[in-house]
Amino acid sequence: MSQLQELTCTLGEINFEGHTFNCLPIKGSQQVLQVLVSELDEMPIYMTITDTQMLCITYLCHKQEVRDDKRAELNNAMLEMNVAMPLSSFAIVEDYYVVFGALATTSSTHDICKELVTLAANAYDALEAIEEFLN
Amino acid sequence: MSSVFDKLWTALRGGVREIGDAVVDANGIRIFEQEIKDAQANIATAKKSLTEVMARKMQAARKVDELAQSIRQNEGYAEKALEQNNETLALDVAGKIAQMENDRNEQLAIVTRLEGQIEQLKTHIKNAEKLIADHERELALVRTTESVQKATEQVVENVAANNSALNSARDSLERIKKRQEMKQDRMAAGDILAAELSDGGLDAKLEAAGIKGTKADASAILARIKANKAG
Repeated sequence: MSQLQELTCTLGEINFEGHTFNCLPIKGSQQVLQVLVSELDEMPIYMTITDTQMLCITYLCHKQEVRDDKRAELNNAMLEMNVAMPLSSFAIVEDYYVVFGALATTSSTHDICKELVTLAANAYDALEAIEEFLN
Repeated sequence: MSSVFDKLWTALRGGVREIGDAVVDANGIRIFEQEIKDAQANIATAKKSLTEVMARKMQAARKVDELAQSIRQNEGYAEKALEQNNETLALDVAGKIAQMENDRNEQLAIVTRLEGQIEQLKTHIKNAEKLIADHERELALVRTTESVQKATEQVVENVAANNSALNSARDSLERIKKRQEMKQDRMAAGDILAAELSDGGLDAKLEAAGIKGTKADASAILARIKANKAG
């Protein structure tokens, strides 16, 4: 069983700080797991495991959704916010603005749950914060 | 490190690359993997040589010790021969000592040479190990980039297939706000209901309407006293 499959089973049983996790594997050559954190399920998290790390990504918005005249300001704001944001960072992947967290492949279930809940909450906050930059 | 980072940087910068294109060409990755394999083979050979060279050095060093011991022993013999005034025998022994000293110097030279080789091999191994670590980190960089791209493409495809456009941020915000409003409305409704259902709420309403009064009213008391007096 792959690490993501194991994780799907584990997360399904857990109640972490009042949150539960709803997991759905995404089809494709790359193993990807969609995780919905209860109460924060508007921002799905996509997990993928590489040789060296577990990546947890939420997609905030497409570049095209950002006002042209505000893009530079948004990029700057994100860089400045990056360090303060607990456990997560901003990034751009394939023209999507994302919030993501990276974990060691050896991380404990507790660490993974903490990461997922924190990331989902961060994504909610980030979405509200970028509203003024959107078209 | 900088080479791969540069490549990624260039590849990822706006417009250079179509979605789905690999950031670093497969050939580049194969070269990296080959270099790692070569470096690993290098280390294996170097480690084997190192053990051999170290064994030879130990051998030579042992010979040096043995010769030193023999020299000291023979110096003792020479002294004893001289004590017996046997100059000829002493000279023979001295000749043997000279031979042994030459041997010892030769062995010492070998030890020094082998020590140099050991240092060289150790440096070689250290460098190869550093190269492997660097290359592995660079490969991780490339592979992670590709995994993330692939994952994103899959997510976009999959979500599109389910007819639920990958979160337009505006829509997500709207949904979140509506849910929050609903939650607040629900909480407010709960408060109202709780107030209505409790006796306290009813009493408060009756009091407010002047139907049910529990507060003592001075004028009413005065009127009652006056009425009693008059009666």
